[in-house]
Amino acid sequence: MAMIELHNIHKQFGSLEVLKGVDLTVDAGNTVVIIGPSGSGKTTLLRCMNLLEFPTQGTLRLGDYTLEFQPGTRVKKDTLIAFRKQTGMVFQGYNLFPHMTALQNVMEGQVTVLKRSKEEARDKALRMLDKVGLKDRADAYPHQLSGGQQQRVGIARAMAMDPKVLLFDEPTSALDPELVGDVLEVMKELANEGMTMVVVTHEMNFAREVADKVVFVDHGVVAEQGPPEHIFEETTNERILQFLNKLRH
Amino acid sequence: MQNPSWMSLFATYFIPMFTKGIEVTVPLTLISFVLGLILAVLTALARLSGFAPLVAIARFYVWVIRGTPLLVQLFIIFYGLYQIGVTIPAFPSAVIGFTLSVGAYNSEIIRAAILSIPKGQWEAAESLGMTRWQAMRRIIIPQATRVAIPPLGNSFISLVKDTSLAAVITVTELFHEAQADAAVTYSPLVMYCEAAFIYLIFSTVLSTLQSRIEKRLDRFVA
Repeated sequence: MAMIELHNIHKQFGSLEVLKGVDLTVDAGNTVVIIGPSGSGKTTLLRCMNLLEFPTQGTLRLGDYTLEFQPGTRVKKDTLIAFRKQTGMVFQGYNLFPHMTALQNVMEGQVTVLKRSKEEARDKALRMLDKVGLKDRADAYPHQLSGGQQQRVGIARAMAMDPKVLLFDEPTSALDPELVGDVLEVMKELANEGMTMVVVTHEMNFAREVADKVVFVDHGVVAEQGPPEHIFEETTNERILQFLNKLRH
Repeated sequence: MQNPSWMSLFATYFIPMFTKGIEVTVPLTLISFVLGLILAVLTALARLSGFAPLVAIARFYVWVIRGTPLLVQLFIIFYGLYQIGVTIPAFPSAVIGFTLSVGAYNSEIIRAAILSIPKGQWEAAESLGMTRWQAMRRIIIPQATRVAIPPLGNSFISLVKDTSLAAVITVTELFHEAQADAAVTYSPLVMYCEAAFIYLIFSTVLSTLQSRIEKRLDRFVA
């Protein structure tokens, strides 16, 4: 059963059309990795999935909600919130709340949005921090944590909301190379536990190892998709070969 | 006149002037600043609301207050409104004048502080499912407050000094007392210097307080 279905998704910024009719399905429990050259629209595509960007046209279904977009479509506030509650997002720049400790960061959405009690939220937050290996840093402020640790708090913060889908926007791109491994390890574990994940990344080894499906986005459309073996070994698509070749150098 | 009697004049009038400072200048400053800050936050939120009528009202208010002298505003409130049957006593008139002024100037400080918070903070809050208002209240305002505190502190210290303008609409605050004492003693130099000295005490105490608050806030900022 598909968790996410995108049909003919377009996104236009002013006169620039970034997405030109994307069709994409993400099955429940799968990890889908989106790759593609910079400027291809892959981050915009991901941001459409939790409505940080509104598609200008197309149909977007995620979990229980189906939304039809036309130019000028306005999503009702309640629908928007309910839709977003189904997803968790992990950002390239972490975007932790700097005025809160790691623990408070992971509690915040639970208390403010899900209306959980402080005790319940704290328990859950500690379990999530434990899961990402940072229980002992619960009382640290973001600026006291390394980039890799901040990003793992970011993952714990998203997970604490019990989302149906986790969206990752280049989660390791801002990290020093030696810190990338810890973050990918956590993501791998989540994938193995059956979390539905959509990951925009340049980590091809992660895609190869973890992805159920790899999607190559180019010039605002899905140029090719398939299991990792297909994309990395068998494809004859000139653009993909070019792209992969560039990453190697 | 000789120096010793200057000294004794200074000593004689210190207590009356200082008392007026504590009894009138300080409350006038505090009340106006607190009310002014509330007005400033509301004005900043109105300007950021994106709702055209609110934006227009807020911009008009800031434009008028910042573009006209505070002294003239005080005269309009205290002496002018009387003509259309609105009689406001001196102290409340001063509070209204200073509140409007604090509200206009500080709304720009608060607006800039809110705009200085990176977009990623909004996105993180919204991706958790927060409404705009929840994000504003829980995530943006606490951070913006830290940004705004130093300039707001400066504005508070300016206000202490600006309250001397209230003397011209007959509020019997510190400077009004100094004027009265100068008239009685025929010693304006000593009396006005003494007033300046007392303002200096107030603003120095406040500056010290301000830098302490700033140090406390710095703890959580990278």
